[in-house]
Amino acid sequence: MAALMLRWSCLGKRWVLACIDGGSRHGRGAAIGLTSRRKRGQSSVAQQPLIAVQKSRKGEHEWAAVVGLEIHAQISSNSKLFSGSQVHFAAPPNSLVSFFDASLPGTLPVLNRRCVEAAVMTGLALNCRINKKSLFDRKHYFYADLPAGYQITQQRLPIAVNGSLAYSVSVGKKPSQVSTRTVRIKQIQLEQDSGKSLHDEPRSQTLIDLNRAGVGLLEVVLEPDMSCGEEAASAVRELQLILQALGTSQANMAEGQLRVDANISVHHPGEPLGVRTEVKNLNSARFLAKAIDFEIKRQIHELENGRKILNETRSFDDKLGCTMPMRDKEGKQDYRFMPEPNLPPLLLYDTASLPPGADPQQVINIDWIRERLPELPGKTREKLIQQYGMLPEHSFTLLNEVGLLEFFQNVIKETRAEPKKVTSWVLNIFLGFLKQQNLAVNESPVTPSALAELLNLLDRKAISSSAARQVFEELWQSKGKTPSQIVSEKKLELMQDQEALERVCHTVMEGHPQVGVEGRRKAMHFSAC
Amino acid sequence: MSSLLSAPSALREDALRRLKREMWARAVKLGLRSWVGWRRGFTSKADPQRSGRVTAEVIEHLERLALVDFGSLEAVARLEKAIAFADRLRAVDTDGVEPMESVLEDRCLYLRSDNVVEGNCAEELLQNAHRVVEEYFVAPPGNISLPKQDEQEPFSHI
Repeated sequence: MAALMLRWSCLGKRWVLACIDGGSRHGRGAAIGLTSRRKRGQSSVAQQPLIAVQKSRKGEHEWAAVVGLEIHAQISSNSKLFSGSQVHFAAPPNSLVSFFDASLPGTLPVLNRRCVEAAVMTGLALNCRINKKSLFDRKHYFYADLPAGYQITQQRLPIAVNGSLAYSVSVGKKPSQVSTRTVRIKQIQLEQDSGKSLHDEPRSQTLIDLNRAGVGLLEVVLEPDMSCGEEAASAVRELQLILQALGTSQANMAEGQLRVDANISVHHPGEPLGVRTEVKNLNSARFLAKAIDFEIKRQIHELENGRKILNETRSFDDKLGCTMPMRDKEGKQDYRFMPEPNLPPLLLYDTASLPPGADPQQVINIDWIRERLPELPGKTREKLIQQYGMLPEHSFTLLNEVGLLEFFQNVIKETRAEPKKVTSWVLNIFLGFLKQQNLAVNESPVTPSALAELLNLLDRKAISSSAARQVFEELWQSKGKTPSQIVSEKKLELMQDQEALERVCHTVMEGHPQVGVEGRRKAMHFSAC
Repeated sequence: MSSLLSAPSALREDALRRLKREMWARAVKLGLRSWVGWRRGFTSKADPQRSGRVTAEVIEHLERLALVDFGSLEAVARLEKAIAFADRLRAVDTDGVEPMESVLEDRCLYLRSDNVVEGNCAEELLQNAHRVVEEYFVAPPGNISLPKQDEQEPFSHI
């Protein structure tokens, strides 16, 4: 596990933390350290100032941060993990709750096949070893949104262990400077979700909606191989893309389908790991990065001022941009794990061990699932690079933006223009317009066919590239018009008639006899474009 | 005892009264001893390796976790007796025997197909609730994470 150096950098108004591999430093003497600089009058969190600590005369040590993540992804299924009630995001309160979900006496859990398949698919995609026998346990704690007083999870023997997730981080200011990192996956387990509580502080009560109680979750535990907010955010983004590609989870953080808790500690490289704190309530990748970076700073600050870090749970307040301790969570929780007595062990098979004559509905064959795994993001990016000759960072951008890959592929289908041209137009011009007006791909006024037509015109040399830009702007503003219409309306066509062009050039040159040979040559060249 | 029954009534009554007093004294002594035993802790004869004492710390911890009330010494004593009773299992030699997961471990885990067959009974479920607000269950407040402004920590982000 490398103790990576943290280098804080600020690119204009954006907060960027570039993590640089420790091996690139030269020796202990060149300790980078961290310096702090206050920006006067800065109170909003939108602008993060450059943070670094002045190197003290005693030769202060560097700090290394260690970040581990626990990710809960809601399984995309029709019904819940142990009951037949529906899984749906917005519904009238307590309308999607069965007697088992409400924990009424006499009800028993019945495992949902789709959730097991989802767990196996995710495990295979993340290079895990799938445990052919896994067990269910009860994790006890009292909270109003957990009607049974315990959560059924897999603590002793989870369904998948020992995997890896590859993601990439930028290591320099240029977009091409990216490096691939790997984070180990400790385990993947199936567990139940709890209900939702709405705190009504003025009336001193909590309102409970059990629609979410019992929904299947995949808990993915990442080992503490990461060292800053950006790495964590990139790893989570990659996991999101994988889950979406597999179809096992929609992994939408805003809708609560993907929840991340971070475990953060700091220490001096070479010394044992420090006390860790857990940060919860992170519901976007951006807040995740901010919260982790804040917590690292806070811990360094506390330790440098001689204070100790408490092993506590904190939550992130996005408005203030800082973490706060959560009440009710002091001291270590004792969950009193016990085997779930109502569920026998979950047995999975592969083609070799499949019992003959078994009911196919009642057995799960790991090999069968492996053969049918959809294409993963890493593979898609590879294919893009090979097929279209694009740069790796372009393939990342194409996949990172929701719907952009589909848009790109639709344009490619309908146009004869070179793939590199298409890539450049989609990633620079099209995406640029989208970002300027803060639109999603599916809100774009320009359709793939329109762009394809425009690129065809450009490819045929019917218009110049500057004219094409004008047409694109026009397309963006006014819906319904095709590129050809705009071109003819604005008379942007290039003159194709060679003789007419020559006549124009001669007229120009005669009108300006003082322009030398160079000028004449340029004029001829310009007309030929 | 049998001699008492054949004795004259006056003598019988005296003897009975004395017997009652003695039994009462013995009961008090026993009670006191067991109370003292609980306070000082005693070693269970069944298992000399482990003390049968359940400390006050453990009781407090359990009361918080399981939300039960070990209100009286009697309850704690009963708990200790229950533990001692279960400890007798240790007398069985289990060397080389694989522990069971549960008594159902050789049953087949039934896999249900992913169809919606339940739900839509909010009214029925809410009938059970003590208090209801607009189809939500009502619970006491708990685990509110964000402290109010004046309770904010001294370290503010730089």
